[in-house]
Amino acid sequence: MEHSGISVLFQGRNFVRLLGGLWTSVWIAALALVFGLLLGALIGLLRTSKSKLLRAIFRIYLEFFRIVPTVVLLFLFYYILPRQVGINWPGSVMATIAFALWVSAEFSDIVRGALISVPKVQQESGLALGLSKWQLFIYVLLPQAFQLELPATINLATRVIKTTSLLMMISVMDLINVGQQIIEANNQSHPTAVFWIYGLIFLLYFIVDYPLSLWSKKVARRNQN
Amino acid sequence: MAEPILTVKNLSKSYGEQQVLHDINFSLQKGEVMTMLGPSGIGKSTLLRCLNGLEDFQTGELVFEGQTVKADNANWQQLRQKIGMVFQSYDLFPNMTVLQNITLAPVKVQKKSKAEAEQAARQLLKRVQLSDYANSYPRELSGGQKQRIAIARALAMHPDLMLFDEVTASLDPEMVRSVLDLIKELSEQDNMTMIIVTHEMNFARQIADQVLFLDQGTILEQTAGKDFFTNPQTQRAKDFLASMDF
Ligand SMILES: Nc1ncnc2c1ncn2[C@@H]1O[C@H](COP(=O)(O)OP(=O)(O)OP(=O)(O)O)[C@@H](O)[C@H]1O
Ligand SMILES: [Mg+2]
Repeated sequence: MEHSGISVLFQGRNFVRLLGGLWTSVWIAALALVFGLLLGALIGLLRTSKSKLLRAIFRIYLEFFRIVPTVVLLFLFYYILPRQVGINWPGSVMATIAFALWVSAEFSDIVRGALISVPKVQQESGLALGLSKWQLFIYVLLPQAFQLELPATINLATRVIKTTSLLMMISVMDLINVGQQIIEANNQSHPTAVFWIYGLIFLLYFIVDYPLSLWSKKVARRNQN
Repeated sequence: MAEPILTVKNLSKSYGEQQVLHDINFSLQKGEVMTMLGPSGIGKSTLLRCLNGLEDFQTGELVFEGQTVKADNANWQQLRQKIGMVFQSYDLFPNMTVLQNITLAPVKVQKKSKAEAEQAARQLLKRVQLSDYANSYPRELSGGQKQRIAIARALAMHPDLMLFDEVTASLDPEMVRSVLDLIKELSEQDNMTMIIVTHEMNFARQIADQVLFLDQGTILEQTAGKDFFTNPQTQRAKDFLASMDF
C-alpha cells in the first residue's frame, strides 16, 4: 500500500476541519442544553402542579419527545415545519431548537422526579415561614432537587452530545458530516482513510463525553452517602 | 377582657369522607400559652395546620388579630408571617447554612436588607446559644440544636403566635431539655402567645395557661390554668393522663 490512510487526517486542512465539525456539534449541544434545561425546569415544576389539565398536557409533551425518534424530529424541524410555517432558518438553528425541546421534555421528567422526592415537610416549613410558592421553588426545592438530579442531567448531556451525530441528516456541518466528506474525497487514493477518520471521530466524542460520564458517577456516589 | 388574638369558630375538617375535626371552638388571649393534648391520631396536628393554612377546612372560620379568615378567602402568605410554626421532624433547609436558613424569609419575604437580617439572626443565635454554628450546615448539628435553630428561624419573622407540633418528639432524651427551656423562656421573657402540642406532660403542666384536650377530633375538655392535670372531668382524660407516666 503506497498511501497509508492515516496521512489523510493531516492532509491540508482536514484535521482543522474535523475539529471545526466537533465545535459545531458541541455548541449546538451546549445551546440546546442551556435553553432546554431552563424550559425543562419550568415544565418540571408545572408537572407537579395541582391542575390535572396542565399535568396531562406536559405528560403528552414528554411522551411525544420520547416516542418520536430524534431523526424524525430533526426532519420535522428542518424539512416540514419551515415549509408549513414559512421560516427559513439554517439547519443548525432548527437543530438547536429541536434538541432544546427534546432536552426540555426529558429534563422536565428529571425535575419532576426530584421535586417530588424532596420531603413534604421541607415545603411546609418554607410555606410556614411565609415564602410564596415561587420563592419556595427557587430557594428551597430547586437547589435540593438539583443535587438529586445532577447525575441524570449529566447523562442527558452526554446523550445530547452523542445524538448530534444525527445532524448530518439535515446537512449541518457537524463532526460526522465533515468526516464523511473527507472520506469521500479520498476514497480512491486512500481506501483505508475511513478507519482513521472514524477512529478519530470516536476519540473526539470520547474526549468530550467521558469526563461528563465520570463526573456523573462521582456525583451519584456522593448523593448516595 | 381584651380582644383575643385568635378565635376559632365552628371549625370542621374532613379528608375526603373522613371527618377529622368536629366543630372546634376556642380562643386565645395575647401572651397566653395553650397546650393541646390528646391520644395519637385524633387530629392535633391537623388542627394546628389548619391555623396557618397548611390544611384547608370545610366550615368555620378563624379570627386572627381582628381579621376574619375563612379557608377559601385567606391570604395565607401574609398570615403566616405572623404565625410561626415548628414541626416534629427537623425541617431546616439542608442546602443552606444555619445563618441562611434564618435570614431567608426575612430577606425574601419581608424584604429586609441582608445586613439587617444577618445581624438579627446573630442575635437570635446568641439567644438559642448556638452562635458558633452560624456557618454550619444542618447535617452538622444534633437534633436538639436543629430544633433550636428551627425556633430561631421562626422567631426571625417576629410572629405574634407560635405553633409547636411535638417539637421534642423525635429528640434523644438528653436533647429535650434545652428545647423545652427555650420555649419556656419565650413565654416568660417575651410573653409569646403559643399553642403547643406535646406529649411531655410535666412541661405541659408547667407552661399551660389553658389546656385543650381533644379526642376523636372534638374538644372534650377546655380548662383554664392547670386544673386539667389535677382534676380532669372526663373518663377519657383520666385514662389519658394515667397512660402518660409523669
Ligand atoms: N393527608 C391526610 N389524608 C388523610 N387522612 C389524614 C391525613 N393526615 C392525617 N389524616 C388522618 O387524620 C387524623 C388526625 O391526624 P393527626 O396527624 O392530626 O393526628 P395527631 O393528633 O396529630 O396524632 P399524633 O399524636 O400521632 O401526631 C388521623 O386519623 C389521620 O389518619
Ligand atoms: Mg401529630
